Amino acid sequence: MNKPKSKLAIAKRKFFPLVKSLQTGLLLITGLAGYMSARCPIFNIPTVLGLTGSLLLAISGSTALNMWYDRDIDARMPRTSKRPLSTGETRPEEALIFGLVLSIIGITWALTVDILYGMIIFSGLFFDVVVYTIWLKRRTAWSIIWGGISGGMPVLAGRVLGTGAIDWVGIALALGVLFWIPTHILTFSIRYHEDYQQANVPTFPSTYSFQTTRLIIAISSILATLAFGIASYGVGLTWGFLRLLVVLSAGLFILAVQSLRSPSERITFGLFKYASLYMLSAMLLMFFAGI
Amino acid sequence: MYKITIRDRLLLLATVLLAAYQIIAGLDGLSPLSIWIYTTGFGILLVACLLLIILGFEGLESQGVVIVSTAIPLSISLGLVSVHLPSCFFPYLGFGATGVTRFVLRGKAPTLVLALVHGTAGLVIILLPLILSIQGQVPAGYLLVSLGGGLIGLGGLLLAFLRAGKPLLSQEVIYQLLPLILFLMSLSFLGGFSFW
Repeated sequence: MNKPKSKLAIAKRKFFPLVKSLQTGLLLITGLAGYMSARCPIFNIPTVLGLTGSLLLAISGSTALNMWYDRDIDARMPRTSKRPLSTGETRPEEALIFGLVLSIIGITWALTVDILYGMIIFSGLFFDVVVYTIWLKRRTAWSIIWGGISGGMPVLAGRVLGTGAIDWVGIALALGVLFWIPTHILTFSIRYHEDYQQANVPTFPSTYSFQTTRLIIAISSILATLAFGIASYGVGLTWGFLRLLVVLSAGLFILAVQSLRSPSERITFGLFKYASLYMLSAMLLMFFAGI
Repeated sequence: MYKITIRDRLLLLATVLLAAYQIIAGLDGLSPLSIWIYTTGFGILLVACLLLIILGFEGLESQGVVIVSTAIPLSISLGLVSVHLPSCFFPYLGFGATGVTRFVLRGKAPTLVLALVHGTAGLVIILLPLILSIQGQVPAGYLLVSLGGGLIGLGGLLLAFLRAGKPLLSQEVIYQLLPLILFLMSLSFLGGFSFW
């Protein structure tokens, strides 16, 4: 006999997939790394809690709103067709309310922590939900630029919370994320090209060509590593940490060039995964350098 | 094809962390040249292990593996020569550079060149710390570097014969052993270099 599921278990199954835990976690780490890059004491518990809580809620809220708006696309793509909104397990109005509540609490909390910090978090959410998802994603492949800008906001916000102002190091960190986004998203759009075609979402492979897309990935990888290199100099990473960053950057660059020279499904997948690991590692380096 | 397991991934991750530690903190007190040479060796090891974690052992089918497996011992042996035999550094660098000729040679010559460079690099890593230790120029703990050299030689031999179609052990056994060999090798290098 099946045991009745608790309300908590049902809510978890309906709403947890809406926040894309890995993506949200990675963006949260960039925010914490941005804050720690300002050499902030980690034991400043109230500020760290405020940063973590507000950022987590705002990012989760914007992700849920994206999923709510893109539910028709998700239903048409085999990769995303099992998501709770596509299967009907979560009703659209439930997802909308969930996303709005998380976003409003997250932004309000962020504004109470610090006005400038809160405004940057709000602009990230605005670029992501309104400009990227609602306005541009179905119109142009270049929408990823705006996705990239919103992706760079958590690290900039964290840095601003640590320093009290927007400085060139924060901009360089945000640019690093902005240039990293194409490496991440474009390898994804190559791997799931047919899915996106099926859903009529314009991507670089469908608008231009696979080879052009790979060239853009290689160029953006170089720009991302340069931006992180400049930022880590500004952060004041020790030589040991800088050497490790150079090694990781070289790995990303070589994989991108390899994907250009002899493209294959394996290299594309490797580049996609490595790019995520690269971002995580770069942020952890900034984080630990700040302790 | 042997599928990578959780145990393999954990061992490879531990190797990545050891290599990262060596790059960040394990090279203090050396000249900038030696630091960058060692960084190259441990960096290639780190990225190669990350790719093995991501792609699994199917990544070892690539031709590039042979080059990478040569570059690691060559860099570490170059680092040892730059520290302990600085007068021999440039001749040894010139010898190592002959490995590049494999890209223009045809037939069996590229394999012979790689075997020569790889073999010599392995011998340098094993013998140099051993001789220095016997002469009392370095602490006995530095012999761990020799052990690391032995392990990298073992791994290189197993992979080279496998690639040549004359495996010393079955492919499955080699792939099962490889993460452990890489981990123990990194541990030995880390331990050995800590005595410098």
